Amino acid sequence: MPGTKKLLLIGGMPLLLLGSWFLPGWLGFLLTIALAKGLVVLGLLLLMRAGLVSFGQGLYYCLGAYTVGALGQYLETSNVLLLLPAALTAGLGVATLLGLLICRYRDIFFAMLSMAFSMILYGVLVKTMTFGSSDGFNVAPPSLFGWAPANDNGPLLTLWLALIITFIAALFVWRYLRSPMGYAAEAVRENEIRVEYLGRSVQRIIYTKYLLAAGHIDPEMAYWTTSGEFVFIALVGGTSHVAAPLLGAILFELLRTYAFEISPYTWQMILGISLLGIILFLPQGVWSLVERYQARLKSS
Amino acid sequence: MNALLETRDLAKGFGAITAAAEINVVINAAEIVGVIGSNGAGKTTFINMVTGYLPPSSGEILFQGKSIVGKKPRQVMHAGISRSFQVAQLFPELTMLDNVLIAHGMVADGQLSLWRPLKTPQGVDQAKALLADYDISEYIDEKVAVLPQGVRKLLDIALAMLGEPKVLLLDEPTSGVAIEDKFELMDTVMGALRKSGAAVLFVEHDMEVIARYSTRLLAFYDGRVLADGPTHEVMANSKVQELVIGNHLEIKKPKELAHA
Repeated sequence: MPGTKKLLLIGGMPLLLLGSWFLPGWLGFLLTIALAKGLVVLGLLLLMRAGLVSFGQGLYYCLGAYTVGALGQYLETSNVLLLLPAALTAGLGVATLLGLLICRYRDIFFAMLSMAFSMILYGVLVKTMTFGSSDGFNVAPPSLFGWAPANDNGPLLTLWLALIITFIAALFVWRYLRSPMGYAAEAVRENEIRVEYLGRSVQRIIYTKYLLAAGHIDPEMAYWTTSGEFVFIALVGGTSHVAAPLLGAILFELLRTYAFEISPYTWQMILGISLLGIILFLPQGVWSLVERYQARLKSS
Repeated sequence: MNALLETRDLAKGFGAITAAAEINVVINAAEIVGVIGSNGAGKTTFINMVTGYLPPSSGEILFQGKSIVGKKPRQVMHAGISRSFQVAQLFPELTMLDNVLIAHGMVADGQLSLWRPLKTPQGVDQAKALLADYDISEYIDEKVAVLPQGVRKLLDIALAMLGEPKVLLLDEPTSGVAIEDKFELMDTVMGALRKSGAAVLFVEHDMEVIARYSTRLLAFYDGRVLADGPTHEVMANSKVQELVIGNHLEIKKPKELAHA
């Protein structure tokens, strides 16, 4: 990484945290959800680069959220230093088992099987009265050993956490995509036979990716949605850069908020048309605009 | 002679069809063995069995005296046997440099790193040196899918050699390459392979290529080894002439002897 870029990244973080103090409440909330989804899509990106689309990433999103919710309710804790690792462990634990089965499949089978597991969890939760059945239940705002910073616009810790975790995760994925394991994704997508004859197990590579993808859960929001949304975000953003899913997530949340405001009954249609437009005109996602711009800078 | 690779009574059947039977072959260190045979004679089946891609129905495969039957291609590769493919098996949407870097990262020992970058100046230099050995450096930044067939075949062989195998099996290295380019391609390949000291077994249809590069020849017919011996003897074998080579030989014979 060039020096100026590094400085910008390290210096930008406190600025962002400070800046969030002045955000209006609704935008802070929107940003938190956008970052949470961005994190999940960051995981999805790892799989999509190997040519695998998971429609079940909501499983881990949901699992993380419910772990936080359940712990909060029964252990009466809201300490993030306890909740975060717990949610991460829950996600990784489930992925360790499911991954063994799922990584044997490819293409549509991979997508459907991952969705099936997600729907099983959905079915279980909907039937479980303890967890509020289909209404879900509320999660207390998190704190850090009882410290819960807030201003007039509402609690801030969630947003700060989301910013910090996203930052760390994005940095890791950025390095990861440049590592031999990161490149292995493309190799698997391009030619599994060659990978095997180069002495590597394709299944093991996919398994690693699946675990990593599951590790990227956001435990903040007891709010869950279909995994299709994550695929949507991945398509909007693109998969060619770490920042793409994060950008896609923020765009998606903004788009949805405004679409809902413009037409409360047909907002899905606006989303659908936007996606159609993106697939037609920017098949590599919004990030390809940035890439085009960079290419132009290079050539001139 | 020290046998590197040995098969004993190797056989493969697909249902009622016998793809290979009674295959007894010994390959010694640093030997260059040609393989001929018409389509369906069992040449590729033999390579697939030796590299663990197809499990044999019966028989034994020994590599340096140890059985490798039942091992997967990646395990066979780690043992020291690599192969190239009739249709080059590459990462088509990536550049030649990325192909080599990824492959190089994969043949290295240990776990694939999640943190250390793949592209290091040192790695790029190594990749350049490898491509120079195969005379394809000029294409280093090109996407593999758009490259000519001959270049892709060379890259395929270069990737197979990355693991520093003791035995290399080449499945029709010159198929899909224009006749006038065949010798140039084979000169490049053999030059690079001789440097490595690996034993080579190559499947080939062109008798001129066989005569020029192989010291020993295996003739396959109907899933069996019809003849095995010094190249000129096998080529002169009347049964091989009748069943495998057909009447092509008469046209090419004088030229071949000049090359040999």
